[in-house]
Amino acid sequence: MKCRYACGSVEHVIGRRAFLGSLAGVTGLGTVGFFTQPAVAQAMKRQQKHLLVIYLAGGLSQLESWDPKPGTDTGGPFRAIKTSVPGVHICELLPYTAKQMHRMALVRSLNTRNVDHGMGRYQMTHGRNRGGLNVPHLGALTARLLHPKEHPLPGFIRVGERGNIKEAGYLGPEYASLGLPDGKLPPVAQRPKGLTVQDDLRRHDFLRRVNDHFLARRRTAETEAYTHSFEQALQLMEQQEAFRIEQEPQKLREQYGDHPFGRHCLLARRLIERGVTYVQVTHTNYDTHHENFNFHLEQLGEFDRTFATLLEDLASRGLLEHVLVVVMSEFGRTPRINERFGRDHWGKSWSIALAGCGIQHGAVIGKTNKNGTEVVEREVDHGHLFHTYLRALGIDSSGTVEVNGREMPIADPAREPIEELLA
Amino acid sequence: MIPPAVDPKAFRQEKAWSYSAPFVECRFDPQGRFVFASAQDFTIQRWELSSGKQVALRGHESWVRAMGFDPGGEWFITGGYDGQLIWWPAQDPQPQPHRKFQAHDGWIRALAINPDGKLLATVGNDLVVKLWELATGKLLAELTGHESHIYNVAFHPGGQDLATCDLKGVIKHWSVPQQKLLRELKAQPLHKYDTTFRAHIGGARAMRFDPQGKFLACGGITEVSNAFAGVGKPAVVLLEWSSGKQHLVYKAQKRGVVWGLVFHPQQFWLAVSGGAGGWAFFFRGKQAAPFHTQKLPASARGLDLHPNQVQVAICDYARQMRIYTLAPKNSQT
Repeated sequence: MKCRYACGSVEHVIGRRAFLGSLAGVTGLGTVGFFTQPAVAQAMKRQQKHLLVIYLAGGLSQLESWDPKPGTDTGGPFRAIKTSVPGVHICELLPYTAKQMHRMALVRSLNTRNVDHGMGRYQMTHGRNRGGLNVPHLGALTARLLHPKEHPLPGFIRVGERGNIKEAGYLGPEYASLGLPDGKLPPVAQRPKGLTVQDDLRRHDFLRRVNDHFLARRRTAETEAYTHSFEQALQLMEQQEAFRIEQEPQKLREQYGDHPFGRHCLLARRLIERGVTYVQVTHTNYDTHHENFNFHLEQLGEFDRTFATLLEDLASRGLLEHVLVVVMSEFGRTPRINERFGRDHWGKSWSIALAGCGIQHGAVIGKTNKNGTEVVEREVDHGHLFHTYLRALGIDSSGTVEVNGREMPIADPAREPIEELLA
Repeated sequence: MIPPAVDPKAFRQEKAWSYSAPFVECRFDPQGRFVFASAQDFTIQRWELSSGKQVALRGHESWVRAMGFDPGGEWFITGGYDGQLIWWPAQDPQPQPHRKFQAHDGWIRALAINPDGKLLATVGNDLVVKLWELATGKLLAELTGHESHIYNVAFHPGGQDLATCDLKGVIKHWSVPQQKLLRELKAQPLHKYDTTFRAHIGGARAMRFDPQGKFLACGGITEVSNAFAGVGKPAVVLLEWSSGKQHLVYKAQKRGVVWGLVFHPQQFWLAVSGGAGGWAFFFRGKQAAPFHTQKLPASARGLDLHPNQVQVAICDYARQMRIYTLAPKNSQT
């Protein structure tokens, strides 16, 4: 599904994010003609809520994290440990996170019926299977529905990876992500040395007048996106402070960890605190076909303390009430341990973790069998999760949006929220 | 003693015992009566070679890759990924833990016993090398300095020196009497930081001195092109102990990781690999390529040489404890 411009033509345009340097040469579509349903519009007026996704790329093993099965044929070498929620145990690789469990919830009964990285990534961030409608990424959708129009920072930022303009889907490039692969602003959003603020603003004002003159006669999706890119870059130049994690106390920076993931999570908190609606931090990599246990030791050793610090930090600042935190992957890993001490791709029975924004504290949804090969209670999939995220953010997930005269359900109509997860 | 007749090219399976879980590591006892093999179900299985009688040793709460014996073969000592050390009466009809305690914070990955049987050295994920009195289990020393998980440990045959190797291929040479670091060596070919997956891969998965103490051999994986898929070659890095220099890298043109390594007194090294099927490689002298290679039925997990120097134990992923022979065909062991 493509979004049309008011003129009625379908145009390929240069996206503003592409201009910002996060992704080159990608095409997208404009956004005029997008109207929300009253329920959705109402949701937008409520207190702003945020979504912070920690994306563990490659496929975190549920057995080495949220759903350990020690002592079984699939359990592997690690033990389960107690958490701050009586009766809830997680893998011993997460000792710091275990102390935050009273702020978290687990879904242990995911069956996404998929073992492909690309499809899994799509499912978990779009709430549907790929194919057919060009539906937007969760980040684009929440940016469209929740992010204040005049906010100087973008609504959808990816930290630790590039932006992807295509993920805005039918919403158009305005809602695509700004990618910060190294956690820093792209050079194009930084004022060149030797150029004074005054000169830059004069230059920009001149550009704006030329653009206005041109747009008055020939308004196209291309020109609009192009103009918007300059405006966004100018706004970002004035928001440099948001990206300066060195302003944080040394002790806190140490707690987050002196590694990219630690710095990226700290940056994510600063961005959320300054009003960015959706931030996605990627931690890579968990695609452990070989030596799953050594690599999970290595990766989760880095993840655990940082993630626990992030939750503690958000909670202590009172942000967790308004920020939904989700730890997800594209799928889980096979219960069967292969000949390389590895685990392969697995979508049949795996887990995610959530916290904040009204998610039930300490809740554990669903159950797998003794050795984790089947879901035996409350099976859900990515569609249910998508509804749940939206509901937690105060959005009626059964609502629709109108795109070019067509009513588009914002989430899969065949699914519904996991009510028992919502407070 | 007349050395037994052996022929690596006659290497063949003699017998095998099945189990219900994949194996992790194996050892013959010094008297050559039993073979012990740890499994993914946290147990250790013991078979009597002559009768095939099998008993289970239960006591660990995780996998066991660290195992060894006092020189007399009275005590079987194991270290688990549960961080626990256990002393087992090796010859008992049904061995039970005689001494058991938490020795490391996190996995114990390897242990070694010095030639006179008085000292036990253990290493693991807490980055600490620990020296214990074997007879009592008393902690004698803690040696620190490694900066990544310590994968292996071996006493020099002279008994005064200890070598430890970590994930990054850093080998530390410790003086046992002085309990201090003497120097640092590097098994560089066995380590890589995979920039795509942002993770380290490497370490000595097997480590042995030759009986004269001239060489330290470290087995693992080299030339890794994809750490998370295990795309790399099985290799043994041979370091000249006196100079600390890399002498040679034995390398096989197969995929996988060397999980077991022994020196045969008839001057060849035997290494076994797993990860892409199982292979046995025989290396000798200054020839980097194996002089004999043999496909194994499954990915190998552990290897040991029987005191008779003819039988070889290989436990594998396919839940088989296999006994091989090096005896020339048409000869008797």
